[in-house]
Amino acid sequence: MTTRRSILKSMTAAGALSLWDAPFRYAFASVPTERRFVMVILRGALDGLAAVPPHGDKDYASVRGQLAISNSHDIDGFFGLHPALTNVKAMVDAKEAAVFHNICSPYRDRSHFDGQNVLETGGAGPHILQDGWLNRALVPMGLADGTHALAVAQTPPLLLSGRAQATSWMPASLPAPDEDFLERLRGLYANDPHLLGALNSAIDMQRAAANAMDDPSVKPGMGGAGYGNLAPLFQGAGKLLAAADGPRVAVLDAGGWDTHFNEGAGEGQLSRRLQALDAALDALKTSLGPAWSKTAVVMATEFGRTAHPNGSGGTDHGTGGAAFLLGGAVKGGAVHAEWTGLSPSALQDGRDQPPRTDLRALFKGVLAEHMGVSSGALQSAVFPDSGSVAPLRQLIRA
Amino acid sequence: MSLEGAVAVHRFGLGARPGEIDRAGRNPRNWLLTQLDIAADQPVPLDGGSFRTGGELVVEMLQYQREQAMARRSGTGGDPVKAFFKTRVKLFTDELAARYALGFSTDRPFAERLVWFWSNHFVVSAQNPRATTLVGAFEREAIRPNITGKFEDMALAAICHPAMLLYLDNAQSVGPNSIAGTRFGKGRNENLGRELMELYTLGVDGGYTQADVIAMANILTGWSLNPAGQNNGFAFYENRHEPGDVTLRGRTYPPTLEGGIQSIRDLANDPATARHIATKLAVHFIADDPPAESVARLEKTFIQTRGDLRALAQTIVEDPAAWQSGNKMRTPVEYVTAGYRLLGLPRGDNTDKQVQGALAAARLMGQTPLAPPAPKGWPDTADAWSGPDAVLTRIEWAKRVGQSMPAGFDSGAIAESGLGPLLTPATRTVMARAASQSDALAFLISSPEFQRR
Repeated sequence: MTTRRSILKSMTAAGALSLWDAPFRYAFASVPTERRFVMVILRGALDGLAAVPPHGDKDYASVRGQLAISNSHDIDGFFGLHPALTNVKAMVDAKEAAVFHNICSPYRDRSHFDGQNVLETGGAGPHILQDGWLNRALVPMGLADGTHALAVAQTPPLLLSGRAQATSWMPASLPAPDEDFLERLRGLYANDPHLLGALNSAIDMQRAAANAMDDPSVKPGMGGAGYGNLAPLFQGAGKLLAAADGPRVAVLDAGGWDTHFNEGAGEGQLSRRLQALDAALDALKTSLGPAWSKTAVVMATEFGRTAHPNGSGGTDHGTGGAAFLLGGAVKGGAVHAEWTGLSPSALQDGRDQPPRTDLRALFKGVLAEHMGVSSGALQSAVFPDSGSVAPLRQLIRA
Repeated sequence: MSLEGAVAVHRFGLGARPGEIDRAGRNPRNWLLTQLDIAADQPVPLDGGSFRTGGELVVEMLQYQREQAMARRSGTGGDPVKAFFKTRVKLFTDELAARYALGFSTDRPFAERLVWFWSNHFVVSAQNPRATTLVGAFEREAIRPNITGKFEDMALAAICHPAMLLYLDNAQSVGPNSIAGTRFGKGRNENLGRELMELYTLGVDGGYTQADVIAMANILTGWSLNPAGQNNGFAFYENRHEPGDVTLRGRTYPPTLEGGIQSIRDLANDPATARHIATKLAVHFIADDPPAESVARLEKTFIQTRGDLRALAQTIVEDPAAWQSGNKMRTPVEYVTAGYRLLGLPRGDNTDKQVQGALAAARLMGQTPLAPPAPKGWPDTADAWSGPDAVLTRIEWAKRVGQSMPAGFDSGAIAESGLGPLLTPATRTVMARAASQSDALAFLISSPEFQRR
């Protein structure tokens, strides 16, 4: 694919410098791409059969029992969306959202923490790789300078941690120290690269946020993973991503999916959490403004949950589940699944949704088609040991 | 002032109270170990009342749920658990304030650090509304009495506590083939069985299968709440317990409470558990990536003493590697605690408000006290706490602390007394050149040596 960046590079190589070239080049140096990639980590193992109920499956109602959802938003006569996901449904209708089912990372045991490690490192198993796959993708995306990759968190999660630089941001609630104080502190941190790097990055991001956030509708406040309202965080991320010189990659954390107890069906605990996520996605879309059309958002979880309810009106840790790809750049409108049914023999170990698609195929496809990462970089650097996992195709509008 | 005294106070303690480095410096190892000669202190409610036991809280909770159920039937009630949580939220905030007031002021900070360590191992998170009111009782009853006892006894106390049974959903777990299971179609919940092995004993690589998770969950079926509050709120219900012997990791246990207790004791004394606990202790007290020989020494002590926690504490104190100061980043809660101890806070009136202020700051830095997002507890390594936003929030807090000090304090004296030989020339210089005493104090609290222990 020819990008404006590569055209510029060849022009420069040819010595085609002119008067207008300097500012042009400056703009490119700070903004390598117009495209935005957002990764939302759904920590805690989202119940895929609740979020994307296969209401047309003959075994669905009997397998799910009290958790069966009768009023889902239908997508294609077979799959639906949980009734709380009204904004996601609108995106599917606008062909701006695609849904994936029976999908899972290569992790096959059922520990949250190892599962999240695999989801974030992109390794074939837990603790094989030490850094996050999105961090490793920053160099081939040309976004490794520390200002173009943003974690909406106090500290970047593993997904975005590693050798390339990233920054993090949360809505401020303590008054910021004056610049002179911070300047002296930089001196004090001169021999402590760890603290110095964190401080420098934070100062840059606070400045950018102050510019982006002069909109009073952005409300600062607590909103860490697992806590109530996600919308301010997604809205803040959208505003930062929308800025011309802002980040191009963002990671958001949304926890609260570990529904062992009283999960609920069309209403209840999980429904309320999905509603919060749905509202947050709408806030992200709105705050991105025109940049939404250049955005792809992937939402994934560490694994799915058991197909059958457990003894407490909830579900236990499982294997396959659902994932989402949303955004104005997305070629959406459908559910993609190698569906094998919910009969006992179709279920993994007789209990879980089977893992028919590797999540890395989705990640690789989006990185390739949307962010221009070459297949060589995907194989060697971003997802080593994933040779047999072919990227999914036709995910992004040309 | 002795360097080892300063390390004892910062690395093993909770940060220096005025004069503490001098006291510790006379015989640092002895200062630490004598703190373990008596049981851990119990926090005292700041308003002078008394805390409820786990059993009392269970009675109250079930009573409240019944009332709410009746109200709901008559069309006036909401979600009973949620309503209970709302009306009893003060129970938790009072426990929280008392716990940290003790941490800010205790003269046995090593014992208190061990309490905090073990509460972050056997985790019951206040984030789960079913467990919120019981979090304080859990620590007071299952953790504090056992910090110098046997690991297996702490494990049993933790697993049988109503807080844990509610937090990891075991209170409702019913054997599918038990009397209650066949009659009412109720089933098992795997949550506690899995985390008991993955997080609390063997560790995720400790050698167990999904079949073992189900076996452990079966063993724990019928372990639930005592509505009369007896036995501190714990009861074993045979009619909910999955019938038949259970084989767990090659050992067979009868379907009785005693069989279940034995299975937990066996897990607690497994070599994989020794390795898991040794590693966590070494990461906490030595370095994010501790030397293999330090872990091996702890592992050996664990196995030789069958998990004697005082012997483990002594092994760490006697390990020279644990005396290399400055390579553990303080967690937010540790950081605000060290700040308060440095300044002798809380002080004067409105103690409660001062304590809550520190905890609010820790939340902004990313750590909600006693409410980790998952049963794994809070991370114990620098990378989890040193993101750009977290570091800037620490600095903002340091600045605010400096500004809120009453006039006339001497930041230089605070620095000498609080860090002593750990203070670097760079920090001395930037403090000496600061525009004000409050800025100088803010530099001290922001300094690399104060962010670490």
